[in-house]
Amino acid sequence: MATLNVLILVCLGYVVLLFGVAFAADRMAAAGRGAWLRSPLIYTLSLSIYCTAWTFYGAVGNAARSGLEFVTIYLGPTLVMISWWWGLRKLVRVGRSQRVTSIADLISSRYGKSNTLAICVTILAVLGGTPYIALQLQSITLSFSIFAEADPSGLYREGSSVFWVAAGLAVFAILFGTRNLDANERHHGVVTAIALESVVKLFALLAVGAFVVWGVAGGVGPMMDRIDASEIGQWNVDAGRWTTFIFLSAAAFVCLPRMFQVMVVENADEGHLRTAAWAFPLYLLLMSLFVVPIAVVGLDLLPEGSNPDLFVLTVPLSQGNDWLAMLSFIGGFSSATSMVIVTAMALSTMVSNHVVMPIWLSTQEGGGAVSGDVRNVVLVARRVSIAVIMALGFFYYRLSGGGAALASIGLVAFAGFSQLLPALVGGLFWRGATRTGALMGLTVGFLLWIYTLLLPGMGGALMPEVVLHNGPFGWGWLRPQALFGIDGMDPMVHSVMWSLCLNTVAFCVASLLSFPSPLERLQGAQFVNVFDHSVAPRRWTGSVAQSEDLMIMTQRILGAVPAQEFFQAEAEKQGGRASLPEPTPAFLERLERELSGSVGAATAHAMIGQIVGGSSVSVEDLLAVADESAQLLEYSSQLEAKSAELTRTARQLREANTKLTQISEQKDSFLSQVSHELRTPMTSIRAFSEIMRDTDGLSAEEQTRYAAIIHDEALRLTRLLDDLLDLSVLESGQVSLNVGGDTLRSVLDRAVSSALAGAGHTLTVQRSKVSERIPLQTDLDRLGQVFINLISNAQKYCDAEDPILTISAHDVGGQVVIDFADNGSGIPPEARSMVFEKFARVGVDKAGGAGLGLAICREIMQRLGGEITYLPGQGGAAFRVRLPMAYRQAAQ
Amino acid sequence: MSSDEDRPSSVSRPSLFLERQSYRRRRLSDAARLLPFMGAALFAIPMLWPDSRSAQEGVTLSSAIFYIFTCWAVLIVASLVFGFAAGRMTAQDDSDPETDQWQR
Amino acid sequence: MSRKVLLIEDEPNIAEAIRFLLTREGWQVETHAEGTDALQVIQGANPDLVILDVMLPGKSGMEILRDLRELEDMQGLPVLMLTARGQSRDREMAENAGVSRFMTKPFSNTEMLTAVRDLHAQATQS
Repeated sequence: MATLNVLILVCLGYVVLLFGVAFAADRMAAAGRGAWLRSPLIYTLSLSIYCTAWTFYGAVGNAARSGLEFVTIYLGPTLVMISWWWGLRKLVRVGRSQRVTSIADLISSRYGKSNTLAICVTILAVLGGTPYIALQLQSITLSFSIFAEADPSGLYREGSSVFWVAAGLAVFAILFGTRNLDANERHHGVVTAIALESVVKLFALLAVGAFVVWGVAGGVGPMMDRIDASEIGQWNVDAGRWTTFIFLSAAAFVCLPRMFQVMVVENADEGHLRTAAWAFPLYLLLMSLFVVPIAVVGLDLLPEGSNPDLFVLTVPLSQGNDWLAMLSFIGGFSSATSMVIVTAMALSTMVSNHVVMPIWLSTQEGGGAVSGDVRNVVLVARRVSIAVIMALGFFYYRLSGGGAALASIGLVAFAGFSQLLPALVGGLFWRGATRTGALMGLTVGFLLWIYTLLLPGMGGALMPEVVLHNGPFGWGWLRPQALFGIDGMDPMVHSVMWSLCLNTVAFCVASLLSFPSPLERLQGAQFVNVFDHSVAPRRWTGSVAQSEDLMIMTQRILGAVPAQEFFQAEAEKQGGRASLPEPTPAFLERLERELSGSVGAATAHAMIGQIVGGSSVSVEDLLAVADESAQLLEYSSQLEAKSAELTRTARQLREANTKLTQISEQKDSFLSQVSHELRTPMTSIRAFSEIMRDTDGLSAEEQTRYAAIIHDEALRLTRLLDDLLDLSVLESGQVSLNVGGDTLRSVLDRAVSSALAGAGHTLTVQRSKVSERIPLQTDLDRLGQVFINLISNAQKYCDAEDPILTISAHDVGGQVVIDFADNGSGIPPEARSMVFEKFARVGVDKAGGAGLGLAICREIMQRLGGEITYLPGQGGAAFRVRLPMAYRQAAQ
Repeated sequence: MSSDEDRPSSVSRPSLFLERQSYRRRRLSDAARLLPFMGAALFAIPMLWPDSRSAQEGVTLSSAIFYIFTCWAVLIVASLVFGFAAGRMTAQDDSDPETDQWQR
Repeated sequence: MSRKVLLIEDEPNIAEAIRFLLTREGWQVETHAEGTDALQVIQGANPDLVILDVMLPGKSGMEILRDLRELEDMQGLPVLMLTARGQSRDREMAENAGVSRFMTKPFSNTEMLTAVRDLHAQATQS
């Protein structure tokens, strides 16, 4: 017989091994080595914390009592795993894209980051989780006691051993589960340790099974005969329980906090699900393969009344195979410890993120997120939570006395956790699910679960017999195990059916009746359509956020170095050299995700909200939410984009058309004016040349006169064509300027003499030659052309008795200003805006100009970088020429 | 999936090839959807078995074990096959950002 | 019998050519070069025929014609319109305004004389 001391030594050795493995794995992950730590195999094995001590020991016990009923607990998860493609994959994708830390965080995040919901889920999880932990402690104690009975020394004391086990597990969970603050980061140590434990428990159970089949029964055939011959040799599973339990275990597999922890939070790669989808059902199959044989052999070999829950231990012991029993004990121990550790971790994350942090934040005034050391608060909260949860489990175990009442707690806890299912599944697949709906559903389901299952199961202390049998206040239809008078159902089936049905109904009805907040609708869209847009449409407005405040806050949560690295990376991403990034919406969003990995979505949102000054939802986001279907939305936005594009194109076309029409009209009117200007002299030429040809007896005087008219009109045509060509060259910008240097004075000298040449000197030109000593650097010929035009205009149009043109020049800050003013009646105000237009003529054209002169002047002055304007208020007609003293290329 | 779909299409008609590809993906995801229902149906069959309380001769536990574990194994193999197929599909177009479109 | 033609044309050379031609045909030619007061001049001169340029300073030939046709006793006055713009639109406008004959510059002297003779013949017949 193995002594208890050996057992304790082996136990301690195993624990040391686990610590070592966890420590080594953490070190390896920190050093960036050990890719196998993130392999699908480890992931699959870590999932097997589903198989707790309750299933390790209890499955055989269950088989001994009810045959194959135990297998339902494995079939449910199998069905969930093989539907991973549209189920778990979505859950994992959502969890990873939202950096979810726990199932409470997921549900809170989905329903508009509601902390009320998170607290509800947390309470439910703690209420359901505590007895479950107690159950694990009980299994360890029971298995100890088996060995203690056999040990003659009798040193074993049940109470203290439970205490030390609980304390040891708490230390392990604290050491490896709260090393890094970011609960969203992988806990490689813990995961690797529980993967090892999974191997151990499977190996242990397979070893016991193999021993039973081949060592005791003598092969598969004889074993089968023995099974059929045994007292459970007939299929006798109640159909209601069969379905209910398969469903229940499937629901619990998704909703259990510890399962969520390993399946979603610790998931390193979505692709691992592909492997786990077949490997984990295979694991479950192997775990249950030998359950019935062990039960049957146990029933055969062991005396009447021995606890079938411990057959896994007692069968090898009874055959004298102590080492096998020891292995089996380690297997059970593994199952219990891994479950307790992960549960404690998951629950502590929930408690610290959703209960402690919000309370702590609200006690800090205003900018509390910036003032204390949040990092420490979170860590301490998480560690204390682990200790408190373990203590709760321990006291629950002590109080409940560890009887058979505890054995049924596994399924009771399953039923409790499955109340999360409607809110979870509805949140993932139905955009219409609202916070109110989730709250109502949870409350109804939770209360019904307590009333119909938890309280009746706890015995007379909490629910008097009278209530159980006659209903509260004697209302028979409210009897806890026969609601609404429907009697005769299995209590478990009854409770699960009523609580989940009414839960779902409340959830759906309240969802349909209530209206979600924008944030809720946004999150709903993101969750349901997680595969469509992995980039979140949720936005912070960063306009008032202070980067420095954010930095301080982030340092306190993530720690100084990671925070600085994060901010540095963000700043670089924004392309700035500064160490602080601009608080852009995109940055705030990433920051919030980063923080939510540590403190949960709702808290992170609240913290950033405190600094940024409230969240706001962008118009696109609201639009994104407005449409019920993302596909429809996508389609309609495509249509919208297309129609916007069409509108834009149409507008452009219209504009282009208007422009073309304008240009065409301008061209038409230009052509018609040119035509007029050409035809007019041609009419005279034609008429007189025909007169001279056809008329006999014209006097010599007449002939000379008419020939002179023909000559004049021909000259007018030439001038017109010259002007037109000049203008077209100037307007097309193809004119090449011939820049030279001279004084203004000599340019004017030449212009005056050339303009007045050949004409009777009727026009007097007054100049102040001193002020004209301004050096010019420009195209002198073109400038001269402008001057000549202005002087000859004055000569032509000045209607004064004694026409005088005054030319005055000034130097105004690097610009030359030359005014040409005559003493005539000037240009009437209504015509002034027109004088620079082509073919504009004021009054009767005495000299037969084409009306292009001033238009050409304007073009020339533009080319020279200056301007020509009409100068009102000078008595007569006055023009001002303004140009830079030195022509610059840039002026063109 | 029929043998017709398995036949590799000619390189000269790339569009057809792509359509085939996406068609097969759709059927694959149909299979994935179907698998749990098939499993549920298989595991629902034991409810029809007469239990020990009825007068009839019941189903022996060994045959019950045989049935359930066989179904289980079949599901595991199906899931394994689907996992590999899905893995190959995803690996093929890692560059394609719309990989997930087809699962809807 | 004295036939009087009123020539409203702002181009002095063209006016002179037409005056020369029509005087030799036995017309009494009066000229005017402004658009603004053309209507009054027509009423005052009481001509047998009006030759009207379209592009006139002050008021266009089209407007003068339109206003002229509004007047009761000017409905039948033959009006020969001259334009240098040569757009078909101008012809339509002139016809709508009630022109008797429309001519585009440059024209041959024969054309001008034929037009004047035709118009005068029509006017005297009716």
